[in-house]
Amino acid sequence: MIDVTNLTKRFNTLTAVDNISFSVSKGEIFAFLGPNGAGKTTTIKMVTTLLRPTSGKILLNGNDVLQNPKEARRSFGIVFQDPSLDDELTAYENMEFHAVLYKVPKDVRKIRIEQLLTFVELWDRKNDLVKNFSGGMKRRLEIARGLIHHPKILFLDEPTLGLDPQTRTHIWAYIKDLNEKEEMTIFFTTHYMDEAEKVAQRIAIIDHGRIITQGTPNELKESTKTNSLEDAFLKLTGTPIREEEVNSSDRMRLGRRIRRPH
Amino acid sequence: MSTIYILWLRQLKRYLRSKSRIVGSLGQPLLFLVALGFGFGPIFQKAGGGNYIQFLTPGIIAMSILFTALFSGIEIIWDKQFGFLKETLVAPVSRLEIMIGRTFGGATVALMQGVIVLLLSFIVGFRITNIWLVGLALVFMFIIAIIFSALGTAIASLLNDMQGFQLIMNFLIMPLFFLSGALFPLNGLPKALNSIIKINPLTYGVDGLRGALTSVNNFYLVHDLLLLGGIAVILLIIGSYLFSKIQV
Repeated sequence: MIDVTNLTKRFNTLTAVDNISFSVSKGEIFAFLGPNGAGKTTTIKMVTTLLRPTSGKILLNGNDVLQNPKEARRSFGIVFQDPSLDDELTAYENMEFHAVLYKVPKDVRKIRIEQLLTFVELWDRKNDLVKNFSGGMKRRLEIARGLIHHPKILFLDEPTLGLDPQTRTHIWAYIKDLNEKEEMTIFFTTHYMDEAEKVAQRIAIIDHGRIITQGTPNELKESTKTNSLEDAFLKLTGTPIREEEVNSSDRMRLGRRIRRPH
Repeated sequence: MSTIYILWLRQLKRYLRSKSRIVGSLGQPLLFLVALGFGFGPIFQKAGGGNYIQFLTPGIIAMSILFTALFSGIEIIWDKQFGFLKETLVAPVSRLEIMIGRTFGGATVALMQGVIVLLLSFIVGFRITNIWLVGLALVFMFIIAIIFSALGTAIASLLNDMQGFQLIMNFLIMPLFFLSGALFPLNGLPKALNSIIKINPLTYGVDGLRGALTSVNNFYLVHDLLLLGGIAVILLIIGSYLFSKIQV
């Protein structure tokens, strides 16, 4: 379903992603783990057509992402780390917007929106403006939205970051349900190793732009002779804290708290 | 429902839902109109220019359209980092459709602002001289809106945060505005500025609008219209190209 071969991304002198290759089969739940600045987000961006690779090949559901981006985009849904909802629109309108963009036929649209909003328990808030939603609600809405066009693959970048345990449990329950019922391929990144251990069937660990190792949680624990995925991860990537370059998104996030533009 | 329509609709919904923004952005044009209109009015009249409110109002309408349209294009910078743009970039739609929907939506919003300013200007004494040309006035207003909406999109596609925006405002937008004939006639200005005045789209926009509303214009209205139309098409092409190159 997802086939990445020799993927590389260079920004001037920095090699953010260095010749990585991995495959995710249909219906698999795959986790992509790594310290800050390892190259996870850059990889996801390339796989989801937001960033052009320097070299390498990416196939999504058989579609070459570089030759055929439009087709490739139809095959996945994505829940970004930063909310990508329109705060000034209602939950229903956000769903509808997505449905139109993904060419979901009109007669089917209404039914799916209702189904999905009910699935994430937001149907009674459908006409509320998203700016009045909590972080957990926004994330649930994003998951519902990502699914409207019934994608074969769902990408999630740190899906439970900053959420309370109840919401986190719910979200993973939704995701596992989708995986079991629809055979949806799931690709996610996270820092919560306990979740990755419970949910993922296979894991790739990335550091300094390279994949260090891939395998099931048990395989990783065995090969590093540790008891938890977190210990295995720390053993493989080391304990020093990685500094990340402040990117413009961080600058804007902090700047926004101080001053409104106009 | 097509992609272009829903993006256009989104711009409108966002505008109509923000009452405080509507009222707030009317403040500056009205302030200018009243302060400059009554402040410079007597001097302008004495110098033989006639009624300053009549002269000024089309310029002020153009001003409100310019800024509203520009800002709606600039909004892309916020959408870029704070997420919503990613949603549109990852969807199986062409960048061109997204850009057209946004630009026309922003232009429609700017046009609505311009019409409100026009209606409010009646309160301070502005009068349309030829009711049959109101349609033409609206056309001029819309083309000005498209031009600056596309320009805003083009600029926003190149910038990554709001820092560069201040520079653009002070060194590009304000000079274009002041050298357009919006606030004062261009006849007496130093010859050195002629080249800027000639290539400034707003010069033709203000002239066309003033001609349609008050029957006072320096160039032929048809020339204004054609030039504006041409500039609008060029900017739409440039804007689409730059927008298609955005990497988030």
